[in-house]
Amino acid sequence: MTTAAETVAAVRPRATPASRILGFIGRTPVHVALIGLALLWLIPSVGLLVTSFRPRADIQASGWWESLFGATYTVRNYDLVLDANQMGSSFLNSALIAFPATILPLFIGALAAYAFSWIKFPFRDTIFLILVALMVVPIQSALVPVLIEFQELGTFLTGDRTFFTGWYWGIWIAHTAFALPFCIFLLRNFFITLPRDLIEAARVDGASNWKIFYRIVLPLSVPALASFGIFQFLWVWNDLLMALIFIQESDLWPMTIRISQMQDTYGSEWHLLSAAAFLLMIVPLLVFFSLQRYFVQGLLAGSVK
Amino acid sequence: MSSTAAPGSVVGRPPGRRLPSLKGGWGAIPFVAPALAVLLFFLVVPVVWTIAMSFNTGAGLRFRRWVGFDNFERLLTRDGRFLDTDEWPWSGALINNIRWLVVYTLLCLILGLITAVLATRVRYEAVFKAIIFIPLAISGVAVALIWRFVYSPDPSLGVLNAAIDTLGGDPVSWLGQENTVNYAIILAYVWASTGFVMVVLSAALKGISQEVIEAARTDGASEWQIFRRIQFPLLSLPIAVITVWLIINVIKVFDIVYIMTNGGPGGASRVIAFSYYVETFQNGQGGYGAAVAVVMLLLIVPVMLLNIRRFRSEAIQA
Repeated sequence: MTTAAETVAAVRPRATPASRILGFIGRTPVHVALIGLALLWLIPSVGLLVTSFRPRADIQASGWWESLFGATYTVRNYDLVLDANQMGSSFLNSALIAFPATILPLFIGALAAYAFSWIKFPFRDTIFLILVALMVVPIQSALVPVLIEFQELGTFLTGDRTFFTGWYWGIWIAHTAFALPFCIFLLRNFFITLPRDLIEAARVDGASNWKIFYRIVLPLSVPALASFGIFQFLWVWNDLLMALIFIQESDLWPMTIRISQMQDTYGSEWHLLSAAAFLLMIVPLLVFFSLQRYFVQGLLAGSVK
Repeated sequence: MSSTAAPGSVVGRPPGRRLPSLKGGWGAIPFVAPALAVLLFFLVVPVVWTIAMSFNTGAGLRFRRWVGFDNFERLLTRDGRFLDTDEWPWSGALINNIRWLVVYTLLCLILGLITAVLATRVRYEAVFKAIIFIPLAISGVAVALIWRFVYSPDPSLGVLNAAIDTLGGDPVSWLGQENTVNYAIILAYVWASTGFVMVVLSAALKGISQEVIEAARTDGASEWQIFRRIQFPLLSLPIAVITVWLIINVIKVFDIVYIMTNGGPGGASRVIAFSYYVETFQNGQGGYGAAVAVVMLLLIVPVMLLNIRRFRSEAIQA
């Protein structure tokens, strides 16, 4: 299809400068609309970003839009939230929650997805349909019982009912459970597209399922693994609700909870809130700009979740 | 789907040697057991538990006393904050979610369609799309803060009231009054979600053969006719998929409301997921909160069935 389109483009005579200018003017309404929309989308975040670099007194004296032309900027707000408001340790907590909560479902899910793609077992298709259904279950319908299970299991295993919720075990497991249906679905849909001859040939040569899994399937599936990994990492990094419930030790709070607490205390201290919001956004923005392609693929695939 | 890994396709298989994949499925156990165990114990059992809990008082989040359908009856007839049908217009969290469903879904679709169609016509497409798309990557907590700042009632802080002030109007407390608060939050969430609609529709538009469009142009079709007669009909399937995604978002929306208004003023901006959180974790009414969760589950069941049907039809085609 692309080759056909290219041929058409090649046959078409090249546009003269005059016709180009005419074309550009003819599209003026399109440009105006696009630039207007882009500004509409940028202004809210730029406003908060500029504010995060302004001294507290300036924020209260004039609007951020007035400071765009010659004003004093400072990083003091960031210093303040990082130290005094424990955003520094919360940043670390967010990472400590998000990395295992991404790798765990990725690993367990990839194993299962391999079986759903390449090993026959009883009720395989039925179980997979149940997974498709579980993908959209609202987490609210499982939060309380999972919390109770953590308390009971903690008491049973260690004698300490806060074993799971007093550290990261609980949030890791909960995020894994809620991520698995989508993870298995996404990876299985990718795994079944791998060439069957390759896998059958490996079997004929006597390769075990394990070997096929980590020697053939995993290396060939890096794009799908990356897509899910990025999707899940951002999901966990940005999560508020599950952290509120499964992390009951305030020293372990991620940034999302810390900010929501800060808001209760300093509801109108915008020099602190703005800096805190951008600390929370730095990692997703970096991920977005460095891994945009995988990120978009993951989201497109995730449209069923 | 059932034909994957069929044994007959293997050429030159040594006689009498069975392939590891065919041993009645025992080989699958180490692969699926961890995932299925986690899912059973931390997702399936909890959902069943929650459904059971919705018929119980559930004080202190434990099973106490069975009350039949009392929780649901109270939720749907005697809880003004969840559903108030005493006077017109109706109000409450459930009604707010319906408001979300209509306004949020339509605005996202319209803006996503406009941005997708326009973006393909200019050279700076990638930059423009990135600008619209970025809010999708950030946390609902950050979106809420960004927009609480935009809506600030103080015209020297909030850019919206500053604009109104410049035009000679009086500042409005967008998040502080009952008739604007829901729409203000919805707009913030539309801002965050439109990028998704745009990217999906843009990918679908690119899949439409350029030849067809060029041919239509040669035959003198206007840009509007090209959109209306060629592009739009081919977008109906992706639009259906996106609509489902948006509806799921509406049913689950929580953190943006929690941070922007905490359900206020006076409970005016509550949504279902917010009611669930308050009843369960702030009021400790496990059974009542579970009833709210069951309502969420029931609302999502049609989506669930749709997904299964779609998956099945795809599997048959494959």
